[in-house]
Parts: sequence; structure tokens; C-alpha cells
Amino acid sequence: MADPITPVLTKRWLSPNSWQIGQYEALEGYTAIRKALAGTPEQLVQLVKDSGLRGRGGAGFPAGIKWSFMPPNFDKPHYLVINADEGEPGTCKDIPLMMADPHSLIEGCIIASYAMRSNHCFIYVRGEALHCIRRLNAAVREAEAAGYLGENILGSGFDLKITVHAGAGAYICGEETALLDSLEGRRGQPRLKPPFPAAAGLYAAPTTVNNVETIASAPFIVNGGSSWFREMGREKSPGPKIYSISGHVEKPGQYECPLGTTLRELLDMAGGMKDGIPLKFWTPGGSSTPMFTAEHLDVPLDFEGAAEAGSMLGTTAVQVFNETVSVPWAVMKWTQFYEHESCGKCTPCREGTYWLAQILERMVEGHGTEEDIDTLLDVCDNILGRSFCALGDGAVSPITSGIKYFRDEFLALCETNKAKQKPELVGAQA
Amino acid sequence: MTSSTAVPEPGPNAADRTHAAAGPDVDVIAIAPDPEVAAGILAETPLEDIFDEGVVARAQDLIARYPQSRSALLPMLHLVQSVQGYVSQEGIAFCAKQLELSDAEVSAVATFYTMYKRRPCGEHLVSVCTNTLCAAMGGDAIYKKLQTHLGSEEKPLGHNETAGTPNEPGSITLEHAECLAACDLAPVIQVNYEYFDNQTEEKAVALVDALQAGKKPAPTRGAPLTNFKGAELQLAGFFPEDERQYRKDVDGPSQAVETLRGAKLAQERGWVAPAAKDIPLPEVEKK
Repeated sequence: MADPITPVLTKRWLSPNSWQIGQYEALEGYTAIRKALAGTPEQLVQLVKDSGLRGRGGAGFPAGIKWSFMPPNFDKPHYLVINADEGEPGTCKDIPLMMADPHSLIEGCIIASYAMRSNHCFIYVRGEALHCIRRLNAAVREAEAAGYLGENILGSGFDLKITVHAGAGAYICGEETALLDSLEGRRGQPRLKPPFPAAAGLYAAPTTVNNVETIASAPFIVNGGSSWFREMGREKSPGPKIYSISGHVEKPGQYECPLGTTLRELLDMAGGMKDGIPLKFWTPGGSSTPMFTAEHLDVPLDFEGAAEAGSMLGTTAVQVFNETVSVPWAVMKWTQFYEHESCGKCTPCREGTYWLAQILERMVEGHGTEEDIDTLLDVCDNILGRSFCALGDGAVSPITSGIKYFRDEFLALCETNKAKQKPELVGAQA
Repeated sequence: MTSSTAVPEPGPNAADRTHAAAGPDVDVIAIAPDPEVAAGILAETPLEDIFDEGVVARAQDLIARYPQSRSALLPMLHLVQSVQGYVSQEGIAFCAKQLELSDAEVSAVATFYTMYKRRPCGEHLVSVCTNTLCAAMGGDAIYKKLQTHLGSEEKPLGHNETAGTPNEPGSITLEHAECLAACDLAPVIQVNYEYFDNQTEEKAVALVDALQAGKKPAPTRGAPLTNFKGAELQLAGFFPEDERQYRKDVDGPSQAVETLRGAKLAQERGWVAPAAKDIPLPEVEKK
């Protein structure tokens, strides 16, 4: 059994100036690329497959399998694109990682690029994360000066250029194909798949898009091996994971634990509920993952555990809300977010989120009726699975799960409305 | 039976009276509802060229960073914003010219993204996170407080509105923002995209007061404040050339208590990841 907290990605964060190359090198930094570049790309893909590393951006797709989709030929250049457009409500793991240890991402980019035979890697960072952009830019400069980037890296014959690219404030660009469109200088709208990015991605060339945390894990896996990685976490969801605990807890923060850790254990580390006010609802991995309640304290938070309990692991953004928070209000706020961020490409999502927000606003203002609950569910049914990307699916998660667990609270809003309505005047109904 | 709403007849309705249908022989100004207002609409009004050689050089530098020039559009829009404090029609035309795109293609992109402002901004941009978690922790109250504090009780400052004269010292554009990815430090505010964490109404008021007085309070996480235009220049990918200034920005604080909590707890309790052994890469069959 691994310890309750297993600092791997976060192990350098306590060091002063952990973002500087000198500090990084002093703490085993840039040792993994020496080992990786001495091997073959096939060996690295096999290693990552063996490790069972799954994508940390929310979907949990096995990273090694994704890497193996890249074609072996060179008709077109290959690209590695890092998705650093962190914006899922509640999610705040990649931004601290890029601030604290940008070189681990750079080293991961070198390993992954070599494994996928890419000579140009892009890091698409959310525009609002200016300090991360700055740190990454500095890390790239330092790595170039040290010979870890550029031509013939460490005499291996492998060349790599990394471009740090700032986004401009659009949640949808966290969706991988929308991100590619955005990186091509267009509106960030998702593409129809297939073709998948490995066949036709950036500039219609073979491309792999990976999350920051996924790629930052690569150097550790190269150094430690796949069985070391599997000593943490669970069979199908191995490895450590940064759980971001926020909201009504005593000590919110970043806790890197083995996958499969439960909320009960996380709350224990985070000092329990703030001021002792009981837990009401929480999200396991951002607002797009259906909410949980106090019944789910012992659900193992890995990809299988969260799914079996009716939600998704998502980004392990654990947002904790206590009894003082109204569920319909929280759901309304999230829905307003999806309404604002819907890119407008698909009608069900564009129109649906707009109507959902209006109905919820009406209910929260106390003008709702019981039928509104059915209307909400009906609109959700018309969005789920009917749009290009997962934004629409995410938008319905808080509503359907909120009504599932807290229907009474939605009904109570309608009751107060009923009570408020004045009795109709005699004879008003013809 | 009551009369139903009249169904419009198919076919051209007074086609001679619409601009779109008018041929070259029609005097569209004369048939306009208000000819005086319409006067001059056909004249070519060239946009002012306000971008100097330095900006052109930077735009070209951006293009050179990408395999295909159009990829430079997002950074270039940040660049024009760093010059004018917003993306103007001139800015759009500038990007279009540099990238050999049409103005419409650039407009389509500029209007899609929240960070491109369509009206001149203040010296500082203050963004208050009002997504669910921050809102529940006090973000909504902070935003409301700043609206009335920067505006007035009767006329609170609206989303993307500016207190003071745009571009003048001490002017502030206020916006409510979506999740700023700092939930463990909620509620958060950003000033020119630098983090001010764990805010309260009082702290937020003190912050904007200081900004209005020309002070530059230090962010909790981020580089020392400059102004909105300065932040936009960095987003475009241009950092201070002076090495000391550059290092000072990069080394701006980031190690928040919340960020380090897990690592610190592990250290205190002696919890560690399993020890890694140096194992060779797996053998694979040569293809």
C-alpha cells in the first residue's frame, strides 16, 4: 500500500525557486531525457502503455495507446500539442504545476515528442494564466540555453522546438479539436471526429493532444519504470493524481494522492469541513462531472470508481459545498457558465444551454413551476449526446444530477412561488 | 372568424427602395429614410494607420514562430491590444493585412474570444471570478461591491465597463470572469491577469482604491503589476528585454500556502511516493 499522499509531480514544489533550471537539475531534473533519448521511440510508447498512465485532462484515455496511434511514416510533420487551457470549473491543478515545476512539463514534452517523432511541440496555455506563460517561456529559454531543446539534443540527433502559445479566453478550447482550430488562428470550435488528430490534427498533420499533468508524468515513468508507477493507485487507474480540494473545507489545496483515494480520506487531510458545517454536495472532477452527496464519501476516486457511482473522475477537481449552499442556485450558476461558453456550433447546445439558463434563473427568482423541472430534464435529454463535443454533455450533468439528488429543493422553489401567487379575482377566468 | 395576421406576399417588396436590391443607377442616399444621415456612407474612409514599424516588426516575428502564418493571429490580436488597449477596427485591419486575411475573417476570430476587448479598456483590467465556487465563497458579493464602489448605488458599473477615462492613469475596467482556475484560493480576483487570491469585499475595495490612486499592489501570485497593455504584450509573447526586469517578473511569487499544502503535509508525516529503482526501458521487437 502506498502512503496517503504520494508526492511525485508535487515533490519539488516545496523547494525555493523550484521553477528555475538549476533547482530542477539539482533534483534529478533532465535525467529522464538522457535515458529516453538513448532508447527508441517504440520502447517509450511501450513503457507508457505498460505503466497504464491515463489522460489527466478528464477523459482518462490511456496515454500510451494514444501515442501509438501516431503513424510511423513522415509524409507530413508530426506535432505534439499540450492542452494547458485549464478552465473546467473547479479545476486548478495544471496552473500550480506549471508555475511550480514548468521544467517537468518541458522534459515530458521532449520525451513525448521523441516517442511520437515530432520536432515541433506547442503548449497552448489559457490566456488568463499569464504567470504560467511567463514561467514556461523562461523554462523554454533555459532549456534551449542548456542544450535540452533545439537541434541535436544532447548529441542524440533529435531536434525539438517548443512554442508557448497563449489562448484568449474560451473554455471550449480545452476540447482538443477546438484547441487545434484555435491554434490554427480560427474560432475555437470542435471538429467532427473521425478523422482523429492522430490522422489529421494540426494543419491536417498527425497530432497528439495531451494534458499537462499527463505529460509531466512521463519523466517520472521513464526514470522509475512502469511497475513503480503501478505501485500507486489501482489496477485500471494507476499512478498518483493531483486532487484539488476547494470550497467549504478547512484546508483547501493541492493533494497528490494515489488514484482511488476517497473523499473521506481527502477531507481528513484537508482538515474536515469548514467550521464543522456538514457536507451537502460535491463534484469529483469539475462541474461537468455529475455531483455527489454525503452518501458518496467512500467512493474510490479513480476512473472506474467514479463511473460506477454514476459520475466521472474528470479532472479530480473536488469542489465541496456545505449545507448553506442552494443546489438550484449552484446549478444555475454553472448553467450560466455553459451558456456563455457554448461555442455556438451545434444547435442543441447553443440553444439548449440558453433555455436551461433562463428556466433556472426563473426558478431561482421564485417564478418557477413544477413543470419547469420536467422541461429542464427534457431539454437536457435533447442536448446529451447530440452535439459534436462534450461541452453539451457537461452542461446537463449538474442539472440532471442536481435534480436526481435534490429534487425537493427545486420543488420547494416552486412551492414558495405558488404561495406567493395572489388568489385570482372572482370571475377572472371566463 | 377573426382575421389572422397578414401573410407577407412572396416576391420583391418595394425592391427599388432597398439598398441591397438597388442597381448602380439608383441614388441610394436619396432614397434613404434620412438622407442627411446617409450622406457620405459610400465614401472610402481609410482607416488610420496607427501601428508603427516596431509593431509591424513584432507582427512579423510572430508569424515566423509558426509553420503556418494564420496561427499567429491570436498572439497578434493580443499585440494590437497591447498598443491600443482594445481590438479596434484598425487593429483588425492591421492583423488582416499582416496575415493576408480578410477583415471579416479576423473579426470573426476577435469577437469569439472573451479576452479581446471591443471597447477601450482602463489602465487596469479587474476580473472577479463569479463562477459557482468562488461565488459561493463570496465572489458574487465582491463583484457587486466593486460594481457600486466603482460606479454608484444608483448606477453600478456594468460588465466590461470602465470607471474613469479609458487608457488614463487610474482607470479601471471591471468584468466578471468565469472560473479562473484558482479554486483552492477562492474567491479570486485578477488584475491584468495576475492573481489576487483569498479576497474579501474589504480587500477588493482596498485593491481598486490603490489602483485608482496610481499604486501597484503586489499580486499574491504573479509578476509586479504594470498595466493591461503591458500584460497583453506578454500574452502576445514579448517579454521584458532587460534581463533583470525579466527575471523579476518570472520569479514573482507563486508558492501559495494552498498550493503547497499536500506536499507539506506529506513532509510533516513522512509520507513519500514509493522509491524508484533505475529500471531499463522495456524491450520491444524491432519492426
